[in-house]
Amino acid sequence: MSQDDLLPRVTGSTVMTHERGFHARPSIMLTQLASRFSSRVWIGLAEHGPWTDAKSIARVMALKAPHQTTVFFAAEGPDSAAAVRALVDLVQSDFTNAKDPDP
Amino acid sequence: MIVSHSPDVAKGVADMVRQMVGKDVPLAWCGGDPGGGLGTSMEAIEKALQTAWSERGVVVMVDMGGAETNSELAIERLPEKKRAKVVVCNAPIVEGSVMAATESSAGSPLDKVRHAAEELYPRM
Repeated sequence: MSQDDLLPRVTGSTVMTHERGFHARPSIMLTQLASRFSSRVWIGLAEHGPWTDAKSIARVMALKAPHQTTVFFAAEGPDSAAAVRALVDLVQSDFTNAKDPDP
Repeated sequence: MIVSHSPDVAKGVADMVRQMVGKDVPLAWCGGDPGGGLGTSMEAIEKALQTAWSERGVVVMVDMGGAETNSELAIERLPEKKRAKVVVCNAPIVEGSVMAATESSAGSPLDKVRHAAEELYPRM
């Protein structure tokens, strides 16, 4: 991760309002959304990590972020800003906003 | 692709994958013996392999015992080119199927799909 820290990184965060927290379906939706971006995308439960690959369904599901947790996103790559915005929007929409991200 | 001793389990897992992950991933299931009881049939597995087939390959999720051995026998009977692209996952059938389908829906190659299924949940 030390090499990653040297690269420009876009971050964002939001509070998990989904009443049951980060369970199976939200994890799947988040992973599918993250995978649509070419940037590397991470999710974490604290501002400075540790970071989990947001494109890995097994790892995202294992996070088990409960209700009212603040979730943090970080991304590096050509569409990093759009990726972080889309993931924050997904969580803020209570996982009802699963539309394709803008090109 | 899902192979269970019980057609109800196989269909139930397939329904769960469809509802949770979506309709874009090629999916097939089979279960039960030809007489209608619990078991697995190599013919049914071969047919499901044809249905599930795509150029990226097929991951086979099994419940136990004969589901695994019959799947391996069915894979051995495939033409060599296809055989290399079909793998039986060492993962529990429900969780593994959801994980594999989620990874596959991102367009990942076969080894990544298999890894997603097996990563956190080795089968007993």
